Amino acid sequence: MTKHHVTTTVNGDTVEYLCDARETLLDCLRDKLNLTGAKEGCGTGDCGACSVTLDGRLVCSCLVLGVEAEGKQIETIEGMAQGETLHPLQRKFIEHAALQCGVCTPGVLVAAKALLEKNPDPTEEEARYWLAGNLCRCTGYDKIIRAVLDTAAELREAS
Amino acid sequence: MALDDRKSHFTFVGTRPNRPDGLDKVTGRARFGADVTAPGMLFGAILRSPHAHARIVRIDTSKAEAHRDVKAVVTRADFADVPFKPGLEGEFWNVLENVMAGEKALYDGHAVAAVAASSALAARDALKLIEVEYEVLPHVTDVDKAMAPDAPVIREGAADYSVPEGMHPNVVRYHESGHGDVEAGFAEADLVIEDHFVTEATHQGYIEPHACLASLGADGKGELWCCTQGHWIVQKTCAALLGIETAQLRVTASEIGGGFGGKTTVFIEPVALALSRKANRPVKIVMSRSEVLRATGPTASASMDVKIGMKKDGTITAAQGVFRLQGGAFPGAPGDMTAMCAFAPYNLTNVRQVGYDVMSNRPKQAAYRAPGAPMGAFAVESVIDELCKKLGLDPVEVRLKNAVREGTKASYGPTYDRIGLVETLEAAKAHPHYSAPLKPGQGRGVACGFWFNHGGETSVSLALSEDGSAQLMVGTPDIGGSRASMALMAAEVLGIPYENIRVTIADTATLGYNDVSHGSRVTYASGLATIKAAQHAVEKLCERAAAKWGIPVDAVKWENGCAVPSGPNAGDFDPLPLAEITADMGRTGGPISGHFEATPEGAGVSFGTHIVDAEVDPETGKTSITRYTVIQDAGKAIHPAYVEGQFQGGAAQGIGWALNEEYIYGEDGRLQNPVFLDYRIPVASDLPMIDTVIVEVPNPGHPFGVRGVGETGIVPPLAAIANAVSNAAGVRMRQLPMSPPRILAALKGNG
Amino acid sequence: MVEVHLWSGLRSLTGGQEVVQVQAATTGELLRELVRLHPQLQAPIDAGVSVAVNGRIIAAGLSEPIPEGAEVYLMQRLRGG
Repeated sequence: MTKHHVTTTVNGDTVEYLCDARETLLDCLRDKLNLTGAKEGCGTGDCGACSVTLDGRLVCSCLVLGVEAEGKQIETIEGMAQGETLHPLQRKFIEHAALQCGVCTPGVLVAAKALLEKNPDPTEEEARYWLAGNLCRCTGYDKIIRAVLDTAAELREAS
Repeated sequence: MALDDRKSHFTFVGTRPNRPDGLDKVTGRARFGADVTAPGMLFGAILRSPHAHARIVRIDTSKAEAHRDVKAVVTRADFADVPFKPGLEGEFWNVLENVMAGEKALYDGHAVAAVAASSALAARDALKLIEVEYEVLPHVTDVDKAMAPDAPVIREGAADYSVPEGMHPNVVRYHESGHGDVEAGFAEADLVIEDHFVTEATHQGYIEPHACLASLGADGKGELWCCTQGHWIVQKTCAALLGIETAQLRVTASEIGGGFGGKTTVFIEPVALALSRKANRPVKIVMSRSEVLRATGPTASASMDVKIGMKKDGTITAAQGVFRLQGGAFPGAPGDMTAMCAFAPYNLTNVRQVGYDVMSNRPKQAAYRAPGAPMGAFAVESVIDELCKKLGLDPVEVRLKNAVREGTKASYGPTYDRIGLVETLEAAKAHPHYSAPLKPGQGRGVACGFWFNHGGETSVSLALSEDGSAQLMVGTPDIGGSRASMALMAAEVLGIPYENIRVTIADTATLGYNDVSHGSRVTYASGLATIKAAQHAVEKLCERAAAKWGIPVDAVKWENGCAVPSGPNAGDFDPLPLAEITADMGRTGGPISGHFEATPEGAGVSFGTHIVDAEVDPETGKTSITRYTVIQDAGKAIHPAYVEGQFQGGAAQGIGWALNEEYIYGEDGRLQNPVFLDYRIPVASDLPMIDTVIVEVPNPGHPFGVRGVGETGIVPPLAAIANAVSNAAGVRMRQLPMSPPRILAALKGNG
Repeated sequence: MVEVHLWSGLRSLTGGQEVVQVQAATTGELLRELVRLHPQLQAPIDAGVSVAVNGRIIAAGLSEPIPEGAEVYLMQRLRGG
């Protein structure tokens, strides 16, 4: 079967890969670019563990085909910290113990960053509904929501 | 074990430092099961039965084998050819049969063949080339139907000694225990309520599907990377199933994306090893979500009858329960645990409990957080709530009146040691939640829960570095922040900063045997082992100081990270810090390490009390949890943030079990909801904040007083939520999950 | 002598006795003596038992001491998640 050549931008870097038309963006990120931060928890867009942004829009990368990334800007968890400085969300997640096993954490962080970029002052309810597409089985979400709201408050103070 | 080293004042324990694996996990660099590759790696895929019960007449793999991308195909014949170690029987045989079907496919999703190919897509495509001829057999998936006289027999001869004569062959184990005379007790009661309760099977729902990377050569030497709660049991089981020496298989546990009991056994690992041996190349297998739901180990479903008698003053006079649990096509449903835990919170003169382990055409159940206990608590605590309501009594007062304490005879027999149930109930009574006003349409529920906790085989090794830092090797995969608690306990003993201790989950080649991370044992047992290993190192540090000072070793004690003379008679020496001793250790006797290998036997049982407010929409039947408080005895919270996390996680899983989650089998015996869209676990917008109260009644069996905390948190929620919903809806809910259609039906039935 | 309390499901294997007397100073001796006196108890012991000594549940250890006059219960082997 003929493969497709794709050129795209991931976390600011130009990358190229060959993919089968049936392979998802998640497959390509993980298996071809070795960016394994995004996880496959379901493959059906229900769990959000594979969350990335595509031209600034939050998507489940398991529902995007690898070929659709052509010419797009992709941001993943691997691009979230600036050098050795963690994004405030990353720092707050550690401080608030907002992760247990940590497998959902990359997706939750990418989704939470997208939330705060859209809405710097979310209510608890808004944060809960925004993150409703990111399943966490360990924490009961309590500490995740606290970490997100605390980060939002810190970012508002800083700006 | 002498526990004269009991501690009650702490420097590090009880603080909330950042977890050591935090950075890796927030940056995406932590390596989970599916995140590794190997040179020359192939991808495996597994063909699964579409039938709930079928004889496998013929499997033709020739077309798949002829495919140019396919490098190996295995069926059960590839396992059967293996010269098994003598004694592959009992549970090992069950696991093999579950990992790859033999003569019959026993449930929808049962593995029947597997391929390894050069790409994941090629492997998936190649499965379609395997031809399997099935003779479909009658099936049964419901526990009560599986016990009925006309039920299809899943396997003759699976029952053990315990099953009374005359029972259906699908009943494979029977438990009966208790004391006193329940009939006499019921006669003394002012009110007796007997009721029937049903719970459906649920899945642990860990977000990371099972994944492994296996490499095995014809020389019998292998390497296995996998996500598991216990890599030594993986090593032992895979070695047995593949007929190799245990020590020749090195197993490394990846970071684990949740387990909750579901990753305490093997599913894909022996298959990947068999494929690797046949292809002579590394093979990676990653399950899809629907494979996880169809073919790993969900919990048992239950059918239960509970009868309790109470006096007008709230005294329970007798209690009796019959608990029937269906655990899939193999023995193992924890009916005995359900029976032993169900009445454990109460001081009962007359109690009788019966548990059944029943087979059906479903996947082999695995442990799920306090396996067996939540269902029993649901039935028992519901009846107690109903008795309180009918007698006009306060549910917390009634529980306090009947609560077990130190010296009470447990419903399962022995006398309790120091326990903390009363303390959790007192905390519930005093909590503002319990007295907060309810809005119209809301109801409040309370429930207690009990779990045994476990110790288990444990090995820990601690090595000091020249610069005074320490590396700690433990063998229990970190499923909830345990590396942080291990480092805190080691810091407490060594007297060096938490940050100076690096905790590693060692592979099977690096450390002695360790039991699985289950039974809420890690902070208890690996923690105890860490403390002992650190103390072992401290003894050696004191020896080096004594030698340097030229005084007897018993004249040296360890204080705040330094060797100091034990008293004025020992001599006048400045405190000698750990780093000064280790700096010279190569020349004063060699490397300084500490070890511990034993099976700690003092886990200490655990109790919790939950308070829940629920609101039921009478139009739609939808339930919202509006407030939730978890109160549980932790013995001693080493890292309180992660103890709270365990409480909150248990409650959230309990909310899912109570309200949404269930395995739904069709008439055809196939699982109807094998995706997260249809098997709906709680999402952030379903839940409120979950308040926690950590009660600390020290466990006499641990030097710092630790009790396991992981499992007890899922025992009360089913019952507490059912009580809240029943109080809100005005009708007793006897079947879980309390999904909107069931609530609407109950409201309608109630007029 | 130690009085060992069995769970009632085991009565059929001990001629109806729910409490049996054995001479034992450790958990291992206790299990050995139980089987010697009541051979049918081999099956449940092989299937997995724990021993509670004065309320402390010994999940597996065979060398745990049993003091004279201790309260001893045989229990089903505990499992966890």
